[in-house]
Amino acid sequence: MLTRLGPFLAIGLLTVPVAFGLAGTLLPAFGYLPALGGMEFGLAPFAMLFSEPAIFMSALMSLVSGLATAAISLAVVMLFTAAWGGTRHFARIQHLISPLLSVPHAASAFALAFLIAPSGMIARLISPGLTGWERPPDLLIVHDPFGLSMMAGLIVKEIPFLLLVTLAALPQVKPARMRALIASMGYGRISGFVFGLWPSIYPQIRLPVFAVIAFATSVVDVAAILGPTTPAPLAVRLVDWMNDPDLSMRFLASAGAVLQLGVTAAAILIWIGFEKLGARLRDRFSCAGRRFRRDRVLRWGALAAMLVSACAIFAGLVALGLWSVAGLWQYPDLLPARFDLRNWMRVLPNLVEPLATTLFVAFISTFVAAVIAILCFVREDEMGHPPGRGALALLYLPLLVPQVAFLFGLQLLFILTGVEATLAALVFAHLVFVLPYAWLALKDPWRAFDRRYDQIAAGLGKGPVRRFFQIRLPMLARPLLAVAAIGFSVSVGLYLPTVLIGAGRLTTITTEAVALASGGNRRVIGIYAFMQMVLPAAGFAVATIVPALIFRRYRDMHV
Amino acid sequence: MFERTRDLTEAGLFIDRVTIALEGREIVSLTRRVAPGGVLTVMGPSGAGKSTLLAYIGGFLDPVFSARGRVFVDGTEVTALKPEDRHVGVLFQDPLLFPHMSVGGNLMFALPEAVRGRAARAARVAQALEGVGLAGLEARDPATLSGGQKARVALARVLASSPRALLLDEPFSKLDAELRAQTRELVFSKACDSGLPVLLVTHDEADAEAAGGDIVRIGA
Repeated sequence: MLTRLGPFLAIGLLTVPVAFGLAGTLLPAFGYLPALGGMEFGLAPFAMLFSEPAIFMSALMSLVSGLATAAISLAVVMLFTAAWGGTRHFARIQHLISPLLSVPHAASAFALAFLIAPSGMIARLISPGLTGWERPPDLLIVHDPFGLSMMAGLIVKEIPFLLLVTLAALPQVKPARMRALIASMGYGRISGFVFGLWPSIYPQIRLPVFAVIAFATSVVDVAAILGPTTPAPLAVRLVDWMNDPDLSMRFLASAGAVLQLGVTAAAILIWIGFEKLGARLRDRFSCAGRRFRRDRVLRWGALAAMLVSACAIFAGLVALGLWSVAGLWQYPDLLPARFDLRNWMRVLPNLVEPLATTLFVAFISTFVAAVIAILCFVREDEMGHPPGRGALALLYLPLLVPQVAFLFGLQLLFILTGVEATLAALVFAHLVFVLPYAWLALKDPWRAFDRRYDQIAAGLGKGPVRRFFQIRLPMLARPLLAVAAIGFSVSVGLYLPTVLIGAGRLTTITTEAVALASGGNRRVIGIYAFMQMVLPAAGFAVATIVPALIFRRYRDMHV
Repeated sequence: MFERTRDLTEAGLFIDRVTIALEGREIVSLTRRVAPGGVLTVMGPSGAGKSTLLAYIGGFLDPVFSARGRVFVDGTEVTALKPEDRHVGVLFQDPLLFPHMSVGGNLMFALPEAVRGRAARAARVAQALEGVGLAGLEARDPATLSGGQKARVALARVLASSPRALLLDEPFSKLDAELRAQTRELVFSKACDSGLPVLLVTHDEADAEAAGGDIVRIGA
């Protein structure tokens, strides 16, 4: 049966590239790569790695920034949900934040850069009035040596993600009733939530939190745009080595990827230590019956943090858009003196090919991922029970292993088999990352479908194929299109898989945008980053408007 | 051997030593015959396995249950068939009209393929709607109908598919008292007119009484 293929394909797609990729990274790291003359195992690549200048500084930067990103974004999400859950403010902020999830990491990093740079919007807004700056000051805000801007860039992107997974877990703990119960015992909003509800929410969002740590410790695009340069975070240096024309650098890069694997693993282990510490603190306070009722400052602080992080991206995106159509724009003018479309006219011819690649890869990988996810759920219905915990953990595998650690090996594999830089290979690499999101996004709507519709249709004499295409598919059109929009936005935003598997010959809007980062031509960056942001937004717009139009005559098909 | 086969070719619904168990615990065990136009009522508290019996006959039993025994419709064993080949219509307590189709679309979907030609199909749909007192509502969005109207469209829909038996899973329990009596009457008279054997599952004594046939109590 076709449906048996679903779980088989899914498990294969989630494990095989990671397993082979890791092998393809580990072997060269220990000196074995016959194609490049490495015939014997040894530790030479590691010796080379540890003699690189400031390599431990780079590793430490990755470790600390990853942990800090996860801790701060999770704290903001937890406190905000605790303080404002169930209120109108909460619903408003939720609507404000959710669209940010679809903005690619690189685009939001550029947005932040355009906002906070010495010549950015904030500096323009307060200059020269407050600062007296007549020209951009020589301050290292973007690329600051402590990686603060990089962390900020990651935090503003991870907050929407963690908020979304928290919201998905929230209904299962019956928050309204529990809140009322705990409040009746005299606990403050935040302490009551942290003591009473968070312990049952956190285990459900633990894997996504680990995914955030893994991503933030090994991120390349955001680090290249906002991160420190002397030294750069580990993953950025690895990719430079990997792209070095001197092929022997691959041994060094692979050894570095193994170090990256260790850094990410260490970060997750340290995080588990934090979890235990946090639980102990919580138990101590809750057993002492501490009420913490004076939490007003914290409550408003959480709201402010949420608002600032959302508004920063929105303001930055506006700045990006402005730069893309800016003519002459002198410092410290808040707005360009002239707007013109010449930037666009000039860039457009170069935009066509990356845009075509972006769209092709995003469409195909999303379509295939959606089909596989649907087959998995159909199979699940046939089996009568959901997959076990192990299968769920597999889903997170490509998100928990640092991308560089297995993509290096995967690239090598593709080179050896001669499929490197083909569209098929690129689609395959994207699929590995799109599939988990497609599955996760389809899970709840699929399971919420009333199966009696299916039974009625069977009673009317309709076979499985007609039931699927005439009943299930149209009734789930809205969530399925939302899944497609999510998959599409994931694919559009993917940087590292595209750079490594496309090998510079297949480029997308995202890889082009990040490549422009070092050049500093704001008008061109503005155009590419703007396109990056518009594509996922267009996807979500289509996913909202199309079902609304098709089913406009049917009230129960509206949201 | 031949004796038995002839015995089974009798018209109607025959439930032959059907046993359903959950995790080794037997919850239903039944042998009954329902003549065309007759009603068998299965009563029992919620969770007793009434709906499970219907699911087994309809062919959509949840795999967590294990079941034995055979079910015949007009002499054909349906237990080995796929649900869509059984021609056993179902009515649930919710009307479950397909929300992405008009009222007419719901009925068109149910009509057998053997009814060919647009005009012929439209005529059959119009006739079916008229039969439940809803003539001319083809173009309506099901969401705009009242509860009673929805229940009647659901009835017209299941009858339009020309089933050979009818399974009713507490189909009146969500209607208010007056509507309930009317709908009940309509369903039973329609089923009787069409000569369908009916299996009704309910926990309402009044339903059982109105049905008029045999009553089996389970899980008590």
